[in-house]
Amino acid sequence: MDFSFATQQIIYGLTLGCLYGLLAIGYTMVYGVLRLINFAHGDLLMVSAYVAFFGIIIFSLPWPLAFVGAAVLTAMIGILIDRGAYKPIRKSPRISALITAIGVSFFLENLALVLIGGRPKSFPTPMMFNGSLTLGQLKIPVLSLWVLAVTLVLLIVVVTIIHRTRVGMAMRALSRDIETVSLMGIDENRVISFTFALGSVLAAFGGVMWCMKYPAVEPFMGVIPGLKAFVAAVLGGIGNVTGAAIGGLILGLAEVLIVAIEPDWSGYRDAIAFCIMIVILLTRPTGIMGENLPD
Amino acid sequence: MLQIEDLHVSYGGIKALKGISIEVGKGEIVSLLGSNGAGKSTTVRAISGLVSIGSGEINFKGIRLKGMSAHKIQKLGLAHVPEGRKIFSNLTVNENLLMGAYNNRDKSDIRSLLELFFRRFPAMDCKREQLAGTLSGGEQQMLAIGRAMMSKPELLVMDEPSLGLAPLVVNDVFNIIEGIRKEGTTVLLIEQNANAALKISDYAFLLENGRILLEGTGVELLNDPRVRAAYLGGAEDKADSDK
Ligand SMILES: Nc1ncnc2c1ncn2[C@@H]1O[C@H](COP(=O)(O)OP(=O)(O)O)[C@@H](O)[C@H]1O
Ligand SMILES: [Mg+2]
Repeated sequence: MDFSFATQQIIYGLTLGCLYGLLAIGYTMVYGVLRLINFAHGDLLMVSAYVAFFGIIIFSLPWPLAFVGAAVLTAMIGILIDRGAYKPIRKSPRISALITAIGVSFFLENLALVLIGGRPKSFPTPMMFNGSLTLGQLKIPVLSLWVLAVTLVLLIVVVTIIHRTRVGMAMRALSRDIETVSLMGIDENRVISFTFALGSVLAAFGGVMWCMKYPAVEPFMGVIPGLKAFVAAVLGGIGNVTGAAIGGLILGLAEVLIVAIEPDWSGYRDAIAFCIMIVILLTRPTGIMGENLPD
Repeated sequence: MLQIEDLHVSYGGIKALKGISIEVGKGEIVSLLGSNGAGKSTTVRAISGLVSIGSGEINFKGIRLKGMSAHKIQKLGLAHVPEGRKIFSNLTVNENLLMGAYNNRDKSDIRSLLELFFRRFPAMDCKREQLAGTLSGGEQQMLAIGRAMMSKPELLVMDEPSLGLAPLVVNDVFNIIEGIRKEGTTVLLIEQNANAALKISDYAFLLENGRILLEGTGVELLNDPRVRAAYLGGAEDKADSDK
């Protein structure tokens, strides 16, 4: 394995890792605030992919508009999922919320199946995201550069919101004590909605970029990325946004590099993530950047 | 300022409050005393909208609180310092205070409220950027009170502010409560430390098993033999006199 091959694989790994990371941030934020693993989060990838797809194909929107539309609609669906499914059972035992989350995930997948059908649709990737730059022996896909840049910008935006704004302060407070936040005159449900919206926007960006990388849009496309993003969130320390991004990168790199070193293992690609998950849970359940949470 | 009429609250099948009536007048310090499990916290949690009212009425400044959510009640000018302080341990001291003023959009007003707090508690000044979870119990209680005062409440409800604090700090807490009242805020004080609470109270209620057992002015209750027997170490007095 020579240097340029290795660099090439690292670029692929980072690209995939960014996509996991974008999705993992939403998982981790919702968990941080509600202690809920929102299993429907991965399906938002699919929602945004379809919105962007229909925006471009059926409504002939220019792609930037279709992408913004995908972000806005996915955010609204994220809020709707919380208000419709999770809010009514906010005070119930956590296991009810977990089961509800799985139910919402099945609901979204099957709703898409019924409304749109199961045949994968080919995503119309805009011209400017195609092609690659050649640097010596290195071929860097333009899309990879976009993915890296967009992820970095979104990560900075999210961290800034959480640590430098009023609503971010309320989100951090909420992660410890919802009741006392309400005693401060803060409508906790508005802060929770904001959290869902923020996570969903990231998932929407992830979804659109995922489709440009793997251009097949279908109802179950969010399942595997969703599960892996969940692993990334656990790996990074669930509840920690930067940790989720790092977890995503590690997972993406591990997947790509292990297969690059041992091509025979390519069939076990998806198993790698879950092996990492098992090791983490056995050795360091709080993840890389996680703190010890009460209970 | 605050009227509670025939309030009933239950948790599932457990009746925590069986019809209590309390009144708090403007500018007063009113205490609600009682032993563990008497229903004190349930009462103040019903006032703040944290538990739902079974039957009965709660009125604050003539506004009916029944069915109102906690954040709306706070906006009416009612601040609640919860039992166990409940400061946001992962936020800094400054941020905890800012949480109290969340709905205040006037930056210069917030700044002067912050300065007021740090003038009142100069020891906290160098800890502004410290995580609140690293403070001592007494400091956390001061922060919890300060956080509540950041909303400039008309009525401050405090649930056992002296709980688990060293005797010297307990003294400070009661001095602060008196200071708050002097500046014009009405106080509803929940306490198990009946002696100290009654000394600063205009009026007090004694709660037992979800019912009001006794009520009267602070002085009346301080001298009531039943209160002395149950809450003021009267049993020891008796043991002493037996000798
Ligand atoms: N969340 C709850 N669920 C069930 N019972 C409760 C709950 N909170 C309090 N109780 C019960 O209600 C009664 C009054 O409790 P509380 O108001 O906390 O008393 P106090 O503050 O005076 O110690 C107690 O018997 C207590 O066990
Ligand atoms: Mg109590």
